[in-house]
Amino acid sequence: MTPPTGTHMRKHSVIESTPNSPLSRRPSFSRRSFLKVFSAAGAAACASAAKPAEAQNTEKQEELMTVLDISKCVGCGECVAACKESNAHKYPTVRKPIPKMFPPRVKVEDWSDKKDVDDRLTPYNWLYIQTAELEHDGEDFELNIPRRCLHCTNPPCANLCPWGAALKEDTGIVRIDEDICLGGAKCRTVCPWHIPQRQSGAGLYLDLLPRFAGNGTMLKCDRCYDKIAEGKEPACITACPEDIQTIGPRSMMIKHAKALAASMNGYIYGLDENGGTNTIYVSPVPFEKINNAIEKGRGRPNLAPVKNSMANEETLTSALIAAPLAGIAAGVLKIFSDARKEKQND
Amino acid sequence: MTNLIRKLWVPVMTLMAITGMGQMPIFKRYYVADIPGLAWLGEPFTVHWVHYAGAAVLMFMVAVITIRWFADREPLTTSGTLRITLLALLICTGYIRVVKNLPDIHFSPTFTMLIDWTHLLFAMLLGVAALWSARTGRRSYTKQTESLRRI
Repeated sequence: MTPPTGTHMRKHSVIESTPNSPLSRRPSFSRRSFLKVFSAAGAAACASAAKPAEAQNTEKQEELMTVLDISKCVGCGECVAACKESNAHKYPTVRKPIPKMFPPRVKVEDWSDKKDVDDRLTPYNWLYIQTAELEHDGEDFELNIPRRCLHCTNPPCANLCPWGAALKEDTGIVRIDEDICLGGAKCRTVCPWHIPQRQSGAGLYLDLLPRFAGNGTMLKCDRCYDKIAEGKEPACITACPEDIQTIGPRSMMIKHAKALAASMNGYIYGLDENGGTNTIYVSPVPFEKINNAIEKGRGRPNLAPVKNSMANEETLTSALIAAPLAGIAAGVLKIFSDARKEKQND
Repeated sequence: MTNLIRKLWVPVMTLMAITGMGQMPIFKRYYVADIPGLAWLGEPFTVHWVHYAGAAVLMFMVAVITIRWFADREPLTTSGTLRITLLALLICTGYIRVVKNLPDIHFSPTFTMLIDWTHLLFAMLLGVAALWSARTGRRSYTKQTESLRRI
Protein backbone atom coordinates (compact mmCIF):
# COMPACT_ATOMS: atom_id res chain seq x y z
CA MET A 1 0.00 0.00 0.00
CA THR A 2 1.32 3.40 -0.92
CA PRO A 3 1.11 5.81 1.97
CA PRO A 4 -0.86 8.95 1.27
CA THR A 5 1.04 12.17 0.86
CA GLY A 6 2.01 14.12 3.94
CA THR A 7 -0.23 17.04 3.04
CA HIS A 8 -3.20 14.79 2.54
CA MET A 9 -2.62 13.00 5.83
CA ARG A 10 -2.23 16.17 7.80
CA LYS A 11 -5.48 17.62 6.54
CA HIS A 12 -7.27 14.34 6.91
CA SER A 13 -6.07 13.84 10.48
CA VAL A 14 -7.23 17.20 11.68
CA ILE A 15 -10.65 16.75 10.18
CA GLU A 16 -10.98 13.20 11.52
CA SER A 17 -9.75 13.76 15.00
CA THR A 18 -10.98 16.99 16.42
CA PRO A 19 -14.76 17.31 16.17
CA ASN A 20 -16.56 16.60 19.42
CA SER A 21 -13.35 15.56 21.13
CA PRO A 22 -14.68 15.08 24.66
CA LEU A 23 -11.32 15.35 26.37
CA SER A 24 -9.57 17.94 24.32
CA ARG A 25 -11.03 20.72 26.42
CA ARG A 26 -8.76 22.21 29.05
CA PRO A 27 -9.87 21.69 32.66
CA SER A 28 -11.36 24.89 33.96
CA PHE A 29 -9.19 25.10 37.07
CA SER A 30 -7.24 28.14 38.03
CA ARG A 31 -5.10 28.85 41.03
CA ARG A 32 -7.71 31.24 42.35
CA SER A 33 -10.36 28.57 42.37
CA PHE A 34 -8.13 26.07 44.16
CA LEU A 35 -10.24 25.94 47.31
CA LYS A 36 -13.39 25.37 45.30
CA VAL A 37 -11.82 22.58 43.28
CA PHE A 38 -13.46 19.63 44.97
CA SER A 39 -16.97 20.83 44.32
CA ALA A 40 -16.07 22.01 40.83
CA ALA A 41 -14.12 18.84 40.03
CA GLY A 42 -16.92 16.69 41.36
CA ALA A 43 -19.53 18.34 39.24
CA ALA A 44 -17.35 18.39 36.14
CA ALA A 45 -16.24 14.80 36.64
CA CYS A 46 -19.80 13.56 36.70
CA ALA A 47 -20.26 15.11 33.30
CA SER A 48 -16.89 14.34 31.80
CA ALA A 49 -16.61 10.82 33.20
CA ALA A 50 -19.91 9.86 31.67
CA LYS A 51 -19.35 11.62 28.38
CA PRO A 52 -16.20 9.83 27.17
CA ALA A 53 -17.71 6.38 27.64
CA GLU A 54 -20.78 7.44 25.74
CA ALA A 55 -18.74 9.21 23.11
CA GLN A 56 -16.18 6.47 22.72
CA ASN A 57 -18.87 3.86 22.11
CA THR A 58 -20.28 5.76 19.21
CA GLU A 59 -17.26 7.53 17.78
CA LYS A 60 -14.06 5.77 18.78
CA GLN A 61 -11.25 8.18 18.22
CA GLU A 62 -7.71 7.29 17.38
CA GLU A 63 -4.84 9.05 19.05
CA LEU A 64 -2.84 11.40 16.88
CA MET A 65 0.73 10.50 16.07
CA THR A 66 3.51 12.47 14.42
CA VAL A 67 6.16 11.00 12.16
CA LEU A 68 9.42 12.90 11.65
CA ASP A 69 11.58 12.13 8.65
CA ILE A 70 14.90 13.35 10.00
CA SER A 71 16.65 12.71 6.68
CA LYS A 72 14.83 15.85 5.45
CA CYS A 73 15.55 18.15 8.41
CA VAL A 74 18.04 20.91 7.56
CA GLY A 75 18.16 22.29 11.10
CA CYS A 76 16.86 25.72 10.08
CA GLY A 77 15.16 26.20 13.47
CA GLU A 78 11.86 27.47 12.02
CA CYS A 79 9.99 24.94 14.16
CA VAL A 80 11.77 26.10 17.31
CA ALA A 81 10.90 29.74 16.63
CA ALA A 82 7.30 28.87 15.76
CA CYS A 83 6.95 26.82 18.94
CA LYS A 84 8.20 29.73 21.06
CA GLU A 85 5.95 32.24 19.36
CA SER A 86 2.88 30.05 19.39
CA ASN A 87 3.21 28.98 23.01
CA ALA A 88 4.49 32.23 24.52
CA HIS A 89 1.11 32.86 26.16
CA LYS A 90 1.49 29.60 28.10
CA TYR A 91 4.86 30.49 29.60
CA PRO A 92 4.78 31.14 33.34
CA THR A 93 4.80 34.57 34.92
CA VAL A 94 7.51 34.51 37.57
CA ARG A 95 6.97 36.35 40.85
CA LYS A 96 10.29 37.68 42.08
CA PRO A 97 12.03 37.38 44.43
CA ILE A 98 11.62 33.63 44.17
CA PRO A 99 11.26 32.19 47.70
CA LYS A 100 14.31 30.41 49.08
CA MET A 101 13.65 26.73 49.34
CA PHE A 102 13.72 24.64 52.50
CA PRO A 103 15.77 22.58 53.04
CA PRO A 104 18.67 24.26 51.20
CA ARG A 105 19.33 21.13 49.12
CA VAL A 106 16.25 22.07 47.08
CA LYS A 107 17.51 24.37 44.35
CA VAL A 108 15.55 27.11 42.65
CA GLU A 109 15.45 26.65 38.86
CA ASP A 110 15.00 30.01 37.23
CA TRP A 111 15.04 30.32 33.44
CA SER A 112 13.11 33.57 33.31
CA ASP A 113 16.27 35.54 32.43
CA LYS A 114 17.41 32.93 29.92
CA LYS A 115 14.33 32.68 27.78
CA ASP A 116 16.39 32.85 24.57
CA VAL A 117 18.27 29.61 25.24
CA ASP A 118 17.40 27.32 22.34
CA ASP A 119 20.11 24.66 22.37
CA ARG A 120 18.32 22.52 24.95
CA LEU A 121 14.88 22.04 26.49
CA THR A 122 13.95 24.70 29.04
CA PRO A 123 10.65 25.89 30.55
CA TYR A 124 10.66 28.49 27.75
CA ASN A 125 11.94 26.23 24.96
CA TRP A 126 9.90 23.08 24.45
CA LEU A 127 11.57 22.04 21.20
CA TYR A 128 15.18 22.18 20.09
CA ILE A 129 17.33 20.70 17.33
CA GLN A 130 19.90 18.04 18.14
CA THR A 131 22.67 17.54 15.61
CA ALA A 132 24.61 14.37 14.89
CA GLU A 133 27.59 14.17 12.56
CA LEU A 134 28.44 10.58 11.81
CA GLU A 135 29.36 8.00 9.24
CA HIS A 136 27.27 5.02 8.20
CA ASP A 137 27.95 2.45 5.48
CA GLY A 138 30.84 4.55 4.22
CA GLU A 139 28.68 7.67 3.86
CA ASP A 140 28.92 10.87 5.94
CA PHE A 141 25.75 12.19 7.49
CA GLU A 142 24.80 15.37 9.29
CA LEU A 143 21.42 14.71 10.84
CA ASN A 144 19.21 17.21 12.64
CA ILE A 145 16.67 15.88 15.06
CA PRO A 146 13.88 18.09 16.45
CA ARG A 147 13.52 16.99 20.09
CA ARG A 148 10.50 17.47 22.30
CA CYS A 149 8.11 15.33 24.34
CA LEU A 150 7.31 12.08 22.52
CA HIS A 151 3.79 11.86 24.04
CA CYS A 152 3.93 8.27 25.35
CA THR A 153 0.86 6.11 24.91
CA ASN A 154 0.99 5.14 28.62
CA PRO A 155 2.88 8.11 30.03
CA PRO A 156 4.66 7.55 33.36
CA CYS A 157 4.66 11.32 33.97
CA ALA A 158 0.85 11.36 34.00
CA ASN A 159 0.54 8.00 35.79
CA LEU A 160 2.89 8.85 38.62
CA CYS A 161 1.98 12.51 39.12
CA PRO A 162 0.46 12.44 42.62
CA TRP A 163 -1.46 15.63 42.03
CA GLY A 164 -3.19 14.91 38.73
CA ALA A 165 -1.42 17.84 37.07
CA ALA A 166 0.15 15.76 34.29
CA LEU A 167 -2.54 14.35 32.07
CA LYS A 168 -3.26 12.54 28.85
CA GLU A 169 -6.01 13.53 26.46
CA ASP A 170 -8.03 11.45 24.00
CA THR A 171 -5.98 12.95 21.19
CA GLY A 172 -2.89 11.24 22.65
CA ILE A 173 -1.51 14.56 23.82
CA VAL A 174 0.27 14.39 27.18
CA ARG A 175 0.46 17.76 28.89
CA ILE A 176 0.88 19.43 32.24
CA ASP A 177 -1.74 21.74 33.70
CA GLU A 178 0.44 24.65 34.80
CA ASP A 179 -2.30 25.98 37.09
CA ILE A 180 -2.32 22.80 39.17
CA CYS A 181 1.33 21.68 38.97
CA LEU A 182 3.37 22.17 42.15
CA GLY A 183 6.72 21.68 40.43
CA GLY A 184 7.84 18.61 42.38
CA ALA A 185 9.50 17.45 39.14
CA LYS A 186 8.51 13.82 39.66
CA CYS A 187 7.37 13.84 36.03
CA ARG A 188 10.92 14.73 34.95
CA THR A 189 12.39 12.00 37.16
CA VAL A 190 10.15 9.24 35.81
CA CYS A 191 10.27 10.38 32.17
CA PRO A 192 12.80 8.16 30.38
CA TRP A 193 14.02 11.23 28.49
CA HIS A 194 13.62 13.71 31.41
CA ILE A 195 11.68 16.05 29.13
CA PRO A 196 9.64 18.32 31.48
CA GLN A 197 11.51 21.38 32.70
CA ARG A 198 10.94 23.34 35.90
CA GLN A 199 10.46 27.05 36.39
CA SER A 200 10.55 28.13 40.04
CA GLY A 201 8.70 31.19 41.28
CA ALA A 202 5.50 30.43 39.38
CA GLY A 203 2.47 28.27 39.94
CA LEU A 204 0.17 27.08 42.68
CA TYR A 205 2.89 26.37 45.24
CA LEU A 206 3.36 30.11 45.79
CA ASP A 207 -0.13 30.23 47.32
CA LEU A 208 0.41 27.21 49.57
CA LEU A 209 3.70 26.63 51.39
CA PRO A 210 6.20 28.18 48.97
CA ARG A 211 9.31 27.36 51.01
CA PHE A 212 8.34 23.88 52.13
CA ALA A 213 6.33 22.15 49.38
CA GLY A 214 6.62 22.33 45.60
CA ASN A 215 9.10 24.40 43.65
CA GLY A 216 7.40 25.97 40.67
CA THR A 217 5.68 24.56 37.65
CA MET A 218 6.75 21.98 35.05
CA LEU A 219 6.58 22.79 31.36
CA LYS A 220 6.97 20.82 28.17
CA CYS A 221 5.57 20.38 24.67
CA ASP A 222 1.77 20.04 24.76
CA ARG A 223 1.68 19.43 21.00
CA CYS A 224 -0.31 22.66 20.68
CA TYR A 225 -3.40 21.04 22.22
CA ASP A 226 -5.30 24.31 21.85
CA LYS A 227 -4.61 24.43 18.11
CA ILE A 228 -5.50 20.74 17.73
CA ALA A 229 -8.80 21.40 19.52
CA GLU A 230 -9.53 24.10 16.93
CA GLY A 231 -8.74 21.71 14.08
CA LYS A 232 -5.35 23.27 13.34
CA GLU A 233 -1.88 21.76 13.14
CA PRO A 234 0.78 22.18 15.82
CA ALA A 235 2.95 25.24 15.15
CA CYS A 236 6.14 23.23 14.50
CA ILE A 237 4.45 21.31 11.68
CA THR A 238 2.97 24.39 10.01
CA ALA A 239 6.28 26.28 10.14
CA CYS A 240 8.51 23.52 8.76
CA PRO A 241 9.71 24.50 5.24
CA GLU A 242 10.90 20.94 4.53
CA ASP A 243 7.67 19.17 5.55
CA ILE A 244 9.62 16.75 7.69
CA GLN A 245 6.72 16.12 10.02
CA THR A 246 3.41 14.39 9.39
CA ILE A 247 0.50 14.12 11.80
CA GLY A 248 -2.45 11.78 11.62
CA PRO A 249 -4.30 8.89 13.23
CA ARG A 250 -1.92 6.47 14.95
CA SER A 251 -2.59 3.39 12.78
CA MET A 252 -2.15 5.38 9.59
CA MET A 253 1.03 7.02 10.85
CA ILE A 254 2.57 3.68 11.86
CA LYS A 255 2.00 2.38 8.32
CA HIS A 256 3.44 5.59 6.92
CA ALA A 257 6.53 5.42 9.19
CA LYS A 258 7.21 1.79 8.31
CA ALA A 259 6.81 2.47 4.58
CA LEU A 260 9.07 5.52 4.85
CA ALA A 261 11.71 3.52 6.74
CA ALA A 262 11.50 0.74 4.14
CA SER A 263 11.86 3.24 1.28
CA MET A 264 15.16 4.57 2.67
CA ASN A 265 16.31 1.25 4.12
CA GLY A 266 16.14 3.13 7.39
CA TYR A 267 15.27 2.83 11.06
CA ILE A 268 12.49 3.96 13.37
CA TYR A 269 12.54 5.23 16.93
CA GLY A 270 9.58 5.82 19.25
CA LEU A 271 7.19 3.10 18.14
CA ASP A 272 8.13 0.66 20.91
CA GLU A 273 10.10 2.95 23.22
CA ASN A 274 8.64 3.16 26.72
CA GLY A 275 5.81 0.84 25.67
CA GLY A 276 4.97 3.05 22.68
CA THR A 277 4.88 6.76 21.98
CA ASN A 278 2.92 8.97 19.63
CA THR A 279 6.08 10.27 17.97
CA ILE A 280 8.14 8.26 15.50
CA TYR A 281 11.49 9.35 14.16
CA VAL A 282 12.54 7.81 10.83
CA SER A 283 16.24 7.88 10.00
CA PRO A 284 18.59 6.45 7.36
CA VAL A 285 21.10 5.75 10.15
CA PRO A 286 20.65 3.38 13.15
CA PHE A 287 19.60 5.25 16.27
CA GLU A 288 22.37 3.60 18.31
CA LYS A 289 24.85 5.50 16.15
CA ILE A 290 22.87 8.73 16.38
CA ASN A 291 22.61 8.35 20.15
CA ASN A 292 26.38 8.03 20.37
CA ALA A 293 26.88 11.13 18.23
CA ILE A 294 24.46 13.58 19.88
CA GLU A 295 25.17 15.77 22.87
CA LYS A 296 23.24 14.42 25.86
CA GLY A 297 22.66 15.72 29.35
CA ARG A 298 20.25 17.98 31.21
CA GLY A 299 17.59 19.18 28.80
CA ARG A 300 19.24 17.18 26.04
CA PRO A 301 17.46 13.82 25.80
CA ASN A 302 19.02 10.61 24.50
CA LEU A 303 17.88 8.40 21.64
CA ALA A 304 18.69 5.11 23.37
CA PRO A 305 16.32 2.13 23.47
CA VAL A 306 13.83 2.56 26.33
CA LYS A 307 11.99 -0.24 28.11
CA ASN A 308 8.36 0.14 29.14
CA SER A 309 8.49 2.10 32.43
CA MET A 310 4.99 0.94 33.39
CA ALA A 311 5.62 -2.78 32.76
CA ASN A 312 5.89 -3.68 36.46
CA GLU A 313 2.67 -1.84 37.24
CA GLU A 314 0.95 -3.83 34.50
CA THR A 315 2.21 -7.09 36.06
CA LEU A 316 1.27 -6.00 39.58
CA THR A 317 -2.25 -5.21 38.39
CA SER A 318 -2.73 -8.96 37.89
CA ALA A 319 -1.76 -9.45 41.55
CA LEU A 320 -4.30 -6.81 42.54
CA ILE A 321 -7.00 -8.75 40.70
CA ALA A 322 -5.91 -12.16 42.01
CA ALA A 323 -5.38 -11.12 45.65
CA PRO A 324 -9.03 -10.48 46.62
CA LEU A 325 -10.13 -13.61 44.73
CA ALA A 326 -7.56 -15.66 46.67
CA GLY A 327 -8.75 -13.98 49.87
CA ILE A 328 -12.36 -14.90 49.14
CA ALA A 329 -11.34 -18.53 48.47
CA ALA A 330 -9.25 -18.63 51.66
CA GLY A 331 -12.09 -17.14 53.70
CA VAL A 332 -14.66 -19.60 52.35
CA LEU A 333 -12.33 -22.58 52.98
CA LYS A 334 -11.76 -21.36 56.54
CA ILE A 335 -15.50 -21.11 57.19
CA PHE A 336 -16.10 -24.65 55.89
CA SER A 337 -13.14 -25.95 57.86
CA ASP A 338 -14.42 -24.32 61.09
CA ALA A 339 -17.92 -25.66 60.47
CA ARG A 340 -16.61 -29.20 59.93
CA LYS A 341 -14.56 -29.04 63.12
CA GLU A 342 -17.59 -27.80 65.04
CA LYS A 343 -19.67 -30.68 63.66
CA GLN A 344 -17.03 -33.23 64.63
CA ASN A 345 -16.86 -31.80 68.17
CA ASP A 346 -20.65 -32.11 68.48
CA MET B 1 -5.18 -17.18 59.68
CA THR B 2 -7.35 -14.50 61.32
CA ASN B 3 -4.70 -14.02 64.01
CA LEU B 4 -2.03 -13.62 61.33
CA ILE B 5 -4.16 -11.02 59.56
CA ARG B 6 -4.67 -9.22 62.88
CA LYS B 7 -0.89 -9.10 63.38
CA LEU B 8 -0.23 -7.99 59.81
CA TRP B 9 -2.98 -5.35 59.67
CA VAL B 10 -1.14 -2.42 61.29
CA PRO B 11 2.22 -3.06 59.54
CA VAL B 12 0.53 -3.34 56.13
CA MET B 13 -1.58 -0.22 56.69
CA THR B 14 1.56 1.63 57.84
CA LEU B 15 3.41 0.51 54.71
CA MET B 16 0.51 1.72 52.58
CA ALA B 17 0.48 5.08 54.38
CA ILE B 18 4.24 5.56 53.97
CA THR B 19 4.34 4.51 50.33
CA GLY B 20 1.19 6.58 49.70
CA MET B 21 2.91 9.65 51.13
CA GLY B 22 5.96 8.68 49.11
CA GLN B 23 3.99 9.28 45.91
CA MET B 24 4.77 12.92 46.63
CA PRO B 25 8.47 13.65 46.21
CA ILE B 26 9.00 14.57 49.86
CA PHE B 27 11.17 11.80 51.28
CA LYS B 28 14.17 12.73 49.19
CA ARG B 29 13.64 16.44 49.79
CA TYR B 30 13.44 16.01 53.56
CA TYR B 31 16.41 13.61 53.91
CA VAL B 32 14.26 10.57 54.83
CA ALA B 33 15.66 8.69 51.83
CA ASP B 34 19.16 9.46 53.11
CA ILE B 35 18.59 7.21 56.13
CA PRO B 36 20.37 3.91 55.52
CA GLY B 37 17.88 1.32 54.29
CA LEU B 38 15.32 3.92 53.22
CA ALA B 39 16.91 5.05 49.95
CA TRP B 40 14.12 3.24 48.09
CA LEU B 41 11.67 5.86 49.40
CA GLY B 42 13.38 8.35 47.11
CA GLU B 43 12.87 6.16 44.04
CA PRO B 44 9.45 7.00 42.53
CA PHE B 45 8.99 3.72 40.66
CA THR B 46 10.08 1.55 43.62
CA VAL B 47 7.68 3.35 45.96
CA HIS B 48 4.93 2.87 43.37
CA TRP B 49 5.63 -0.87 43.02
CA VAL B 50 5.73 -1.37 46.80
CA HIS B 51 2.41 0.52 47.08
CA TYR B 52 0.91 -1.87 44.50
CA ALA B 53 2.36 -4.95 46.23
CA GLY B 54 1.17 -3.74 49.65
CA ALA B 55 -2.27 -3.12 48.16
CA ALA B 56 -2.38 -6.73 46.91
CA VAL B 57 -1.60 -8.04 50.40
CA LEU B 58 -4.17 -5.66 51.88
CA MET B 59 -6.80 -6.80 49.39
CA PHE B 60 -6.18 -10.44 50.31
CA MET B 61 -6.68 -9.60 53.99
CA VAL B 62 -9.76 -7.46 53.34
CA ALA B 63 -11.33 -10.26 51.27
CA VAL B 64 -10.74 -12.86 54.02
CA ILE B 65 -12.14 -10.54 56.72
CA THR B 66 -15.15 -9.62 54.57
CA ILE B 67 -16.05 -13.27 53.93
CA ARG B 68 -15.67 -14.08 57.63
CA TRP B 69 -17.87 -11.11 58.53
CA PHE B 70 -20.58 -12.24 56.12
CA ALA B 71 -20.55 -15.65 57.84
CA ASP B 72 -20.90 -14.22 61.37
CA ARG B 73 -22.72 -10.94 60.62
CA GLU B 74 -21.60 -9.38 63.87
CA PRO B 75 -22.99 -5.85 64.27
CA LEU B 76 -20.41 -3.14 63.66
CA THR B 77 -19.51 -0.35 66.06
CA THR B 78 -19.84 3.27 64.95
CA SER B 79 -16.07 3.73 64.76
CA GLY B 80 -15.78 0.42 62.91
CA THR B 81 -18.42 1.47 60.39
CA LEU B 82 -16.65 4.79 59.87
CA ARG B 83 -13.24 3.21 59.29
CA ILE B 84 -14.61 0.47 57.05
CA THR B 85 -16.49 3.04 54.94
CA LEU B 86 -13.35 5.15 54.53
CA LEU B 87 -11.27 2.07 53.70
CA ALA B 88 -13.85 0.97 51.11
CA LEU B 89 -13.73 4.43 49.48
CA LEU B 90 -9.93 4.33 49.57
CA ILE B 91 -9.92 0.89 47.91
CA CYS B 92 -12.41 1.98 45.23
CA THR B 93 -10.45 5.10 44.29
CA GLY B 94 -7.21 3.10 44.39
CA TYR B 95 -8.56 0.49 41.97
CA ILE B 96 -9.81 3.18 39.61
CA ARG B 97 -6.30 4.69 39.61
CA VAL B 98 -4.79 1.26 38.92
CA VAL B 99 -7.11 0.79 35.95
CA LYS B 100 -6.16 4.25 34.70
CA ASN B 101 -2.48 3.27 34.75
CA LEU B 102 -3.04 0.39 32.32
CA PRO B 103 -2.06 0.92 28.68
CA ASP B 104 -4.82 2.05 26.33
CA ILE B 105 -6.96 3.23 29.24
CA HIS B 106 -7.21 6.81 30.34
CA PHE B 107 -9.93 8.89 31.92
CA SER B 108 -10.77 12.52 31.50
CA PRO B 109 -8.24 14.86 33.12
CA THR B 110 -10.88 16.14 35.54
CA PHE B 111 -11.97 12.67 36.61
CA THR B 112 -8.33 11.57 37.02
CA MET B 113 -7.63 14.58 39.21
CA LEU B 114 -10.78 13.91 41.25
CA ILE B 115 -9.66 10.31 41.83
CA ASP B 116 -6.12 11.41 42.81
CA TRP B 117 -7.37 13.98 45.28
CA THR B 118 -10.16 11.89 46.80
CA HIS B 119 -7.78 8.93 47.24
CA LEU B 120 -5.46 11.26 49.17
CA LEU B 121 -8.41 12.73 51.13
CA PHE B 122 -9.81 9.32 52.14
CA ALA B 123 -6.33 8.17 53.20
CA MET B 124 -5.94 11.21 55.43
CA LEU B 125 -9.44 10.81 56.89
CA LEU B 126 -8.82 7.11 57.56
CA GLY B 127 -5.58 7.99 59.33
CA VAL B 128 -7.39 10.54 61.50
CA ALA B 129 -10.23 8.09 62.22
CA ALA B 130 -7.75 5.32 63.14
CA LEU B 131 -5.84 7.62 65.52
CA TRP B 132 -9.10 8.88 67.06
CA SER B 133 -10.34 5.31 67.58
CA ALA B 134 -7.07 4.27 69.18
CA ARG B 135 -6.87 7.34 71.44
CA THR B 136 -10.47 7.10 72.65
CA GLY B 137 -10.55 3.33 73.21
CA ARG B 138 -12.85 2.63 70.26
CA ARG B 139 -10.59 0.14 68.54
CA SER B 140 -13.15 -2.64 68.09
CA TYR B 141 -14.79 -3.01 64.73
CA THR B 142 -17.63 -5.22 65.99
CA LYS B 143 -19.87 -4.85 69.04
CA GLN B 144 -19.12 -8.40 70.18
CA THR B 145 -15.38 -7.82 70.47
CA GLU B 146 -16.09 -4.47 72.10
CA SER B 147 -18.16 -6.11 74.82
CA LEU B 148 -15.50 -8.84 75.24
CA ARG B 149 -12.91 -6.12 75.80
CA ARG B 150 -15.04 -4.60 78.55
CA ILE B 151 -15.36 -7.88 80.48
